[in-house]
Amino acid sequence: MKRLLAAGFDKIFQISKCFRSGECGRLHVPEFTLLEWYRTGADYVSLMDECEEMVTFTAEALGLGRKLDYRGVSVDFARPWERIAVSDAFLRYAGISAEEAILNDRFDELMVTAIEPHLGCGKPSFLFDYPVALGSLARRKADDPTLAERFELYIGGLELANAFSELTDVGEQKERFASEREHRRTRGMAAYPEPEKFLEALASMPEAAGIAFGIDRFVMLFTGSASIDEVVAFTPEEL
Amino acid sequence: MYSASDLKKNLKIQIDGEPYVVVDFQFVKPGKGQALYRCRLRNMITGSQFDRTFRSVDSFEEADLQEKHMQYLYRDDSGYCFMDNDTYEQIHLTDDHVGEAKNFLMENLDVEILFFGMRPLGITLPNSVDLVVTQADPWARGDSVTGKMKTVTVETGYVVQVPPFVEEGEKIRIDTRTGDYLTRVK
Repeated sequence: MKRLLAAGFDKIFQISKCFRSGECGRLHVPEFTLLEWYRTGADYVSLMDECEEMVTFTAEALGLGRKLDYRGVSVDFARPWERIAVSDAFLRYAGISAEEAILNDRFDELMVTAIEPHLGCGKPSFLFDYPVALGSLARRKADDPTLAERFELYIGGLELANAFSELTDVGEQKERFASEREHRRTRGMAAYPEPEKFLEALASMPEAAGIAFGIDRFVMLFTGSASIDEVVAFTPEEL
Repeated sequence: MYSASDLKKNLKIQIDGEPYVVVDFQFVKPGKGQALYRCRLRNMITGSQFDRTFRSVDSFEEADLQEKHMQYLYRDDSGYCFMDNDTYEQIHLTDDHVGEAKNFLMENLDVEILFFGMRPLGITLPNSVDLVVTQADPWARGDSVTGKMKTVTVETGYVVQVPPFVEEGEKIRIDTRTGDYLTRVK
């Protein structure tokens, strides 16, 4: 889609199937549906506003009004929604700093066990400003280059969307891919090939922001489903 | 060796030299992060349970478990004596090992005993056993309409609810998983 932005399209979306081999769980199936949209001239803050509009519009169109109960967690869509920085969330819910969590290789574990259960309860939450290593396609924050302009949207404890202000600096993007490759290599994981056409297009891509929004989990939210298996046509076992 | 992606309910693994069974299992992955496997594990020796989160790079030893066909011989002061049907070796199990199974242990009964290395962990009975009723009140014929059950005692001392027509000296079949009466055996 970023190649389309580079080719001159300025507002684009797609709803398509995505595949992640071997991911099976309450919130994961190997084949799932994502809504993605990109807009030139926008940044991640404008995508937060668009999320608020799209979710409240959907809830109202479904006749659910402003409030929702997802499996015992009540959520009020009245704006403003919570916007909490990753660094604050770690201090508040995990009791250690995000930097320390990364150093101890506990960032993901604490995110899942200590932080995510609190997010999007009462009000939807935007968790924003991730350490740069965790936003390899996101632009650095102008006033703090250790952070990337990335957010995740949580509603009722469900992680629904992941968004960035897109990184458009080809040189920096190449460096980030290289350090990621090194990270994967030291962990014995298979290396990804260099996405040459993407890097070529990036040079002519305007400033833009983009988001991936999980449709299956969005349906779970509105249908009160406990598991993603309940909202897909075929579960991994049935395929 | 197992890797984290092999984790599932009922998988038996070994951690720090002890056998564990996975009683609950959840795959989780924070957005763009690494896959994590949250497990509830039960220690197969002590029975205690705890939660633990594994990463995709973690690996585990298979628990050294072995099920042996054994025959129940007798009970004495040192416990319940069983014989290995292949080697004729005899072992004694304690009340803790045998648990509820003691209600259905008859001499010469064939059972499966689960071992962790040399250490016996537990006993699996056949799904049903036939036992002689040693004490039963006579059938009050008037009761047949109500279908009321009565209480009898079988040769192992186990007390069970049976239909009123079951009499002392008869053999009955009992489901060892539920402890319930199934049928009379001719």
